[in-house]
Amino acid sequence: MAKNKTLSYFTNGILTENPVLRLVLGTCPTLAVTTAFMNGIGMGVAATIVLVCSNVVISLLRNVIPQKVRIPAFITIIAGFVSIVQLLVKAYAPAIDKSLGIFLPLIVVNCIILARAEMFASKNSVIPSLLDGLGMGVGFTVTLSVMGLIREILGTGQVVISESLTIPLTSALGIEPMLLFILPPGGFFVFGLLIALSNKIATMQGKKAVENMGCENCPSKSACQLLDEEKQNTEKEENEDD
Amino acid sequence: MISSIVSIILAGIFTDNMVLAKFLGICPFLGVSKKVSTAVSMGGAVTIVMLLATAVTWPIYHFLLEEKYSYLQTIVFILIIAALVQLLEIIIKKFLKSLYKSFGIYLSLITTNCAVLGITLLNFTENYGYIESLFNALGAGLGFTLAMFIFSGVRVRLESSNIPKSLQGLPITLIAAALVSLSFMGFAGM
Repeated sequence: MAKNKTLSYFTNGILTENPVLRLVLGTCPTLAVTTAFMNGIGMGVAATIVLVCSNVVISLLRNVIPQKVRIPAFITIIAGFVSIVQLLVKAYAPAIDKSLGIFLPLIVVNCIILARAEMFASKNSVIPSLLDGLGMGVGFTVTLSVMGLIREILGTGQVVISESLTIPLTSALGIEPMLLFILPPGGFFVFGLLIALSNKIATMQGKKAVENMGCENCPSKSACQLLDEEKQNTEKEENEDD
Repeated sequence: MISSIVSIILAGIFTDNMVLAKFLGICPFLGVSKKVSTAVSMGGAVTIVMLLATAVTWPIYHFLLEEKYSYLQTIVFILIIAALVQLLEIIIKKFLKSLYKSFGIYLSLITTNCAVLGITLLNFTENYGYIESLFNALGAGLGFTLAMFIFSGVRVRLESSNIPKSLQGLPITLIAAALVSLSFMGFAGM
């Protein structure tokens, strides 16, 4: 039983709470870097390293960080790990650094990492936090690479693994690829269809479909809620004035 | 000089639109675009923070970090933005009550907005000077506001239309975003 529980921290992020398709977090990198299969993997691995390291450190410091300044503290820890990953990628995988561009430093503001810090690591001990980070990271990587694969095959008709290894698919048959899929509209479109598919599967299993953005898991959701209340209050006042 | 500034602003608004071409700031684009008025206020707040963040980060990078500490760029920039947003919120709350009521609340949402950090980083990958960077931020902010405005209008129409069950909610929103983004591709001459 105890073993199952530990394992579920890991599988949770891959299936039931997939960060991209079920929690709808980290949409910016999901849409931006999935123009190719390898980009998806590169982004996924980089984010996973940051996620695991920051989850572990935040979990260790969870009793030390004061409640009021926790978000800035989390961001500082995450930014530190992002800088480390950035330097490593620049040194050992310059091609990935080039294709990810500014989205590599932008892992700092990837809401998956901040949301897991806020929702999980700041409330749980080290081992579950580590497994949660790993599971979420693998879920993120798998989703990004699947989406990258779809867009690359439809958009270019081939899959590029490395500079010397390219697998031709429809391009070898002389079929004109749909360039649109590696352009921005294709990103929104494929992501929309993937969410629809994951919703369909979820409702078939008797779970709720994802209706909106991942606001439940967003670290700044309190501000949004305040926004709604504020709006209602001003509307009430306006009605009373009438 | 003037022609390059004009082209930077136009590129920021149309061809290199922050949201629809560069995928920065998708969270507010999808999350806060249910109403036209909210969407425009959010756009205004993002534009102001982008301008301020650029105005502060550019000199700090060039005079303090560039020679020896360029690897600290990410961590320094995010901390500057976080501090700046807090400061702005406090100042507006204290001195400009009416302004705070209309969009002060959006400010706390902006710290973790990738559009703001993105634009400050892009200024350096594009090698812009100080004035160019400021106009780049202005163009990007206006482009963001335009995209929010157009998309909130589209979403109001979506609410009253008949959508297949599987596509209801987020999927149809994303497909609508794809079509808006497709229309912006026209500006890039596609």
